[in-house]
Parts: sequence; structure tokens; C-alpha cells
Amino acid sequence: MPQLAFEDWAPQLMWLAISFIALYVVMARVALPRIATVIEERRDRIASDLDEAEQLRQSTEEAIAAYEQALAEARSRAHAIAQETRDALSREVEAEKMDVEKQIAKKTEEAEKAIADAKSAAVANLNEVASGAAETIVKELIGGKLTKAEVNKAVSKALAS
Amino acid sequence: MAEGTGEHGGGGMPDPMHQFEIKRLIELEVFGLDASFTNSSMFMIIAAACVMFLTIFGMRGRALVPTRMQSVAEISYEFVANMVRDNVGSGGQRYFPFIFSLFMFILFCNMLGMLPYSFTVTSHIIITFAMAAVVFIGVTVIGFIKHGIGFLKFFVPSGVPAPLLVILVPIEVISYFTRPVSLSVRLFANMMAGHTMLKVFAAFVVGMGVIGGWAPLIFMVAFTGLEILIAFLQAYVFAILTCIYLNDALHMHH
Repeated sequence: MPQLAFEDWAPQLMWLAISFIALYVVMARVALPRIATVIEERRDRIASDLDEAEQLRQSTEEAIAAYEQALAEARSRAHAIAQETRDALSREVEAEKMDVEKQIAKKTEEAEKAIADAKSAAVANLNEVASGAAETIVKELIGGKLTKAEVNKAVSKALAS
Repeated sequence: MAEGTGEHGGGGMPDPMHQFEIKRLIELEVFGLDASFTNSSMFMIIAAACVMFLTIFGMRGRALVPTRMQSVAEISYEFVANMVRDNVGSGGQRYFPFIFSLFMFILFCNMLGMLPYSFTVTSHIIITFAMAAVVFIGVTVIGFIKHGIGFLKFFVPSGVPAPLLVILVPIEVISYFTRPVSLSVRLFANMMAGHTMLKVFAAFVVGMGVIGGWAPLIFMVAFTGLEILIAFLQAYVFAILTCIYLNDALHMHH
């Protein structure tokens, strides 16, 4: 077994020490700190990029919130304006309607009054014509004379019945 | 699966252990110690160079959006960092470079061993035992620095009646001291067994010829996939056990 050839141990140990110590020194002094800085830099870079992305996302959300608020405000204002306009219009219409109704009522009243006047005038005329006719008829029929008062009374009585 | 042109052992079969042989490429002696540059040394250097290449050349762009190679470097960094964070917890970051180096070194040694004609550094017990011993001694020293002599309480399970402690304390001590053994043997045995098995089956493919060789060949293809998984898994196991031992030393949770 070549592994147990004792005369070969010394050179192996010697060169193991040389190569391993050289490797250790190079690793500890040069290689590993360099790798560590590269990895560290990458980690920092990624972290800062993530931070930036987070900030941008936040500002985006703020912008969206502001936009939505503005939209909601505009909508409510539009609603208020529409409501106001509707109210004003309906008030105007109401007033107009009232006015027109009042005029109509006045006209109706006038017309009714005119009709009543005309009717009473007609009735008065009728009385006169009737009593005139009655007087004439009485005179012609019986030749007697009747006082105006008597005739009027009889006519009124006949008209009333 | 190293070394296609194996030395032939008895019976005309290639020797499956031949791939683990240490070959001295350059003879060297430092202060009376044998420090020859061997094939094992070469692959250790290659593994360390590959890790450095991946983590330095791969990261050269320092790009925000990584290239493929940078991704691999970052994934391995994050993988080990998570392992340390989850298993060691507070105070573990100091040991992260060590665990990262350990994990990547073992992983690349294991993976390079999967290439044909290459050498598997981690298939040698002395290498894995040296790494396990460094971990064991380091963890013990950290434990004593952190808790002083109170670290010995680690061997005394809490909430156990006194008579039982007579049995339990020796068991705890033994289990603590077998840690480096189990840690090193696990990695070494897995690597050696897998590569030996591949070599044996490769010999079957040749031995059984064009007609019968297909069955072991299909098995070898599947087993190579499993070996790659094991190469990763054993590096992971070594690193995570190191994390767990470190956690024991730092926080003394039992």
C-alpha cells in the first residue's frame, strides 16, 4: 500500500503545508474580501433599487388617490349644480304656474260677473216686457184698467211659480 | 481512475494500488528533511492554483450581474458562508477563510483525482490526517483559549447522576480523541476505495474483452458519476464536521 510508505510522508506534509498555507493566505487576504464586497455591493444595490421602487409605488398611489379625490369632488359638484338648476327651474315654473292660475281665476271671476250682470239685466227686461205684455193683453181682453202695481205683482207671481 | 498503463501485478491484472504511488519529480532536501517535489505536490499546487484562479480570475469583472465563472465563485462563497453561519453561529466568521480554503482545497483535490492519469492527493492517509490534526488541535486550542480550564467541562455531560459519570466521562474523552481519526479515515478511505474499485473494474473491462467487457464498462460509467458525488460529499462532510467541532469549542453546546 503506497499510503503506508513512510519515506513519502515528509514531502507530502511539506508540500501540503506550502500549498495550503499559500491558498489560505491568498483566500483570506485577497479573494474572499473581494467576493464579499461584490456580494455586499449587489445586495445594497438591490436593496436601494427595491427602496426606490417602493417609493415610486407610493407616489403612484398618492397620485391615484389625489386623482380619485378630485374626480369625486368634481362629481359631487356637478351633482350639486344639477340639483340647484333643477330646483331653480322648478321654482320658476311653479311661480309662473301660480301667476297664470291667478290670472285665469281673475278672468273667470270677471266672466262670471259679466254673465251674472247680463242675466240679471235680462231678467229685469223680461219682467218689464212681461208686465207690458200682460197689461196690453188684460186691456185687450177685458178692457178694464189695471194699475201698474197690480200687473207687476201678478207677473212676478207668475214668473216665480 | 489514474494511470492507464498500470504496472502488472501477479496474474497479469494491473495493480489497482499503483495509481496511489508517490513519484519524486524533483529530489529536494531542506534542513535534512525530504521535501522532494512529487506528483502529489504537483496536484496540491494545481488544486490550490485552481481555487485561486476561480476566486480571483473569476471575480475579475466584479460585475453586478455575474458571469458564469463569477457565479461559481460566488456560489461557493455563499455555500461555505451559509455552512459557517448555520453550524458555527456567532464568532464563526473569523474562521470562515480557513473553512473556505479547507473545503475548496479538498473539493479540488478530490475532483482533480477524477481526471484520468491524475493523482488523488486526498487518497493518502497522511494528507487527510494532517488536515484533521490541524483542525483537531486548532479547535482544542480555541476551546481552551475561549473557556480556559472550563473547557474540560465539555467532557462532563450535564444532568447526569454522578455514578454514571464514571462511565460517561471516559466515553466522552475517547469520542473526542477519535474525532481526528474518523475525520481523516473517512475522507481517505472513501477516496482510496472508490479509485481502487474503478481501477479493478477497468481491468475487468480489458480482461473480459469486446464481448463481456460491456457490463463492467456500464457499471464504471455509473460508478464514475457516484464517485464525483462522493468527491463533493466528502469535501462537504469534512468542512461541516470542522464547523461542528468549532461550534463545540466556541459555544460548548453538548
